[in-house]
Amino acid sequence: MNVTRGFTGRPRAHNPGLPPGQYDAGDDWPVLSAEVTPDLSPVDWTLRIDGLVAEPRTWDWEQAHALPTSAYEGDIHCVTSWSKFGVRFGGVSLDAFLEAVRPDPAATHAVAYAHTGYSANLPLTDLSGGRAWIVWEYDGKPLPAEHGGPARLIVPHLYFWKSAKWIAGIRILDHDEPGFWEQNGYHARGNPWEEQRYSGD
Amino acid sequence: MTETTTPSTDETTAEAFVPPTRFAVPGRIAVSTGTATTWQTATLTEIRRETPDAATFRFAVPAWEGHLPGHHLMLRLTAGDGYVAQRHYSIASAPDDSGHIELTLDHVDGGEVSGWFHTVARPGDSVEVRGPLSGFFAWPGDRPALLVGAGSGVVPLMSMLRHHRARGLDVPLRLLVSARSPEELIYAGEYGDETTAVFTRVAPDGVPVGRMATAHVAPLLAEQPPGGWEAYICGSNGFAEHASRLLVQAGQPVDRIRIERFG
Repeated sequence: MNVTRGFTGRPRAHNPGLPPGQYDAGDDWPVLSAEVTPDLSPVDWTLRIDGLVAEPRTWDWEQAHALPTSAYEGDIHCVTSWSKFGVRFGGVSLDAFLEAVRPDPAATHAVAYAHTGYSANLPLTDLSGGRAWIVWEYDGKPLPAEHGGPARLIVPHLYFWKSAKWIAGIRILDHDEPGFWEQNGYHARGNPWEEQRYSGD
Repeated sequence: MTETTTPSTDETTAEAFVPPTRFAVPGRIAVSTGTATTWQTATLTEIRRETPDAATFRFAVPAWEGHLPGHHLMLRLTAGDGYVAQRHYSIASAPDDSGHIELTLDHVDGGEVSGWFHTVARPGDSVEVRGPLSGFFAWPGDRPALLVGAGSGVVPLMSMLRHHRARGLDVPLRLLVSARSPEELIYAGEYGDETTAVFTRVAPDGVPVGRMATAHVAPLLAEQPPGGWEAYICGSNGFAEHASRLLVQAGQPVDRIRIERFG
């Protein structure tokens, strides 16, 4: 351990919900997108799921909202080291979308695409089984544009760069394909509890 | 409408989603994944006051493999009980072979890491760093650069400006920098003809007070260099939203605007 002289850190209670190297951002919700926030209205928003699936499909706003609603209430963790506790997102479980397109048994990975061109790769197992959502509400209100509104992906058990804002599509693959930050040196999976921040961690 | 000349044989990809903009990773900028994962000891050698709230911290990092202007690093402090605090910071110094790097940090209210730097740190102390990280915001000096920053958001942009000067580059570079007052303008003594300073609260005599506006941006976009500008925006999220909207309204393509925001 390389102790920093005179550093004690801020007063803190042991928080079992805080992954290693993270701090509690409290009420803050920093915005960290690297691109210009798009001016995207619900009328223009679509979600396409294609690739290695039986029935590729595109949903518009109304069609997506016709699916059974599902909420996530819990914590989120950003690779830049803040975590945010007890957030509430409302939308639809990604399982509902995947059931409609029926991924091929050979499918192992996916790439999530944003309407801005941003992308993030994910193992398919991280997107299914009640672990991922397409959401359009935050705290009971429409998701703000700077946080990915009108709709974003959330995969809360991974670092938040995987939760692509302004989600436009998910391509199902039988191999892993690095996304935007992963091509910039970030970890392929990004599990906060394993501190998988950068490639090689 | 254009006819498709190469019909897809794969039904599932025939209507594959194509993003409306190609928000591209700059392929010319490679990031070494080896250095990104290795923690190195950085020894503080010098502290220079920049403004009442900001100071520059110079470190000796003997094994530093170099960086590009715009890169950041991750820094960590470790308490005696094992508690670790990690933060991302932009690198302020230009790439050189001095074995040193510089960071310029604001003293954030209640900030546990910036608080340590501003009230405890002294030359001889050591911290740990890893990087450089994230080639996305990096600028190697090969394309015309339009830099827009506010507050300590000017830090990575200053690395670019210093690089431009140190190498005697002739590729066009312009900097728009916003500060609350001349007293709070970081690196005030280093700016030249390439820079326009905007003051939001207090300005020198003869300079209007107000936030960055179309009037600052439009002339730069009206006189595009060959190949156009690569725009780099750094500042608080509120500033980044405002500045990026100004640039887009003035005609800068969205896929040639790179943003680094802090909360």
